[in-house]
Amino acid sequence: MKHYSYYPGCSAEATAIPLGISVLPVAKALDIDLAELEDWNCCGSTPYNSVNKVEAGAMAARNLALAEKTGLDLVTPCSNCYVVLASANTHLKELPAFREQVNEALAAGNLTYSGGVRVRHLAEVLYTDITPEGISSKVTKPLKGLKVAAYYGCQLVRPNGFDDPEAPHSLDEMVTSLGADAIPWEMKAHCCGSSLIMSEPDVALELINKILKNAQKHGAQCLVTPCPLCQINLDAYQSQVNAKFKTNYNLPVLFVSQLIGVALGIPAKELALSKNIVSPMRVLAPYL
Amino acid sequence: MAETMVEAPAAEMSFIDEVCSVPGGEAIRSCIQCGICTGSCPTANNWDYPPRRAIAMVRAGLREELLSSNSMWFCASCYTCTVRCPRDIKPADIMHALEVLAVRSGLSTKHSRTPVMYQCFVDSAKGNGRVYELGMMIKLFLKTNPFSALKLAPVGLGLFLHGRMPLKPTRIKGMKDFKAIMDKARKLGGGK
Repeated sequence: MKHYSYYPGCSAEATAIPLGISVLPVAKALDIDLAELEDWNCCGSTPYNSVNKVEAGAMAARNLALAEKTGLDLVTPCSNCYVVLASANTHLKELPAFREQVNEALAAGNLTYSGGVRVRHLAEVLYTDITPEGISSKVTKPLKGLKVAAYYGCQLVRPNGFDDPEAPHSLDEMVTSLGADAIPWEMKAHCCGSSLIMSEPDVALELINKILKNAQKHGAQCLVTPCPLCQINLDAYQSQVNAKFKTNYNLPVLFVSQLIGVALGIPAKELALSKNIVSPMRVLAPYL
Repeated sequence: MAETMVEAPAAEMSFIDEVCSVPGGEAIRSCIQCGICTGSCPTANNWDYPPRRAIAMVRAGLREELLSSNSMWFCASCYTCTVRCPRDIKPADIMHALEVLAVRSGLSTKHSRTPVMYQCFVDSAKGNGRVYELGMMIKLFLKTNPFSALKLAPVGLGLFLHGRMPLKPTRIKGMKDFKAIMDKARKLGGGK
């Protein structure tokens, strides 16, 4: 059993709840102990870092300080939380004046952070610590014949990635380890527009359309992604893309944990498959 | 490279020093204007001044013109520019630094909804210790264009019907200490 401190992130409890739900039984089946970080707070995300750096630093650092007490690596399934917490960690290590200010703020809540935490993405833990071979050894329902487009999005692999930042392969290897076919396609690490979907929807919808179009062109039956923002954009906004671009995509977008769960024989309910907007039941039926 | 400080700058500080003083903005002086950032940017065609030009404007001291533009607010933080930059200046982080300076100077553009969205997010995260997505979106629509919410209503309804849009926010337990930390950080960071 491998032990980690677990940081779900806000969306894993709301708009990305299929992620929050499905991670737990999958971790259990793979002998991963995810001990949820006690009373974690929002990482601050990109918005806070674009408004006030010291406040954003304090917000991220409260989590890092709490995690430091556990002595474990801090693991998050959210690509945005991962980038924000990892960047704050780097700034706190490399910029002494910034660290001093953030620690002064933390002291007001009786906390301190000395820079000892390693921030990791759950997908990287699955790839590096559990390995595709390790996952493969637990597969009970091989996803034979399922054509999957592994969609990395941006922040899993950029700027601090463990994989090639523009031609990544780790998710493809994990998809293959489940018995499925990882289709080759060009848009696997292109941007979905992230939160611009709320403020500049036309810009984001165009980016989402390019990704869905490319996946469909290469024969994908579904997409799989680790990122909450990417999943929401590609899944919940697919109908908006269809309306705007006169397309008729019907491409389920699964979280990596959901797809692994199906191959490990975990019941659909425990993987929250009914909470995906574009239903994945049709393409997954042969394996459930 | 200017010494890294976080405090609001003195009036005589040059624009480029000001950018250098924000965490993430330090390396801007190494830019060679090759343009790979602009060529890599998936949203560059929407920017008043695309990334390469924005960086040149920092060096030319065109502070008000740049900080009041829509440019950096179109950065989706995809970091393609950052991994391709041959001088390792981290253009995406520089765009975030420019956003911080625009907010601090009260120059954020009214022609993009992104600054308002970011502020709604920050208020929500600070208010509960966790972000409450539905509350944040309602506030964004009320503050910008309430009618545009109609277009997105089916998406919101879909999320709600699939159990992905809770009607109540989650609050952290340690609100008192959290608030003390954030109040202190606000004072140290020169925030309002």
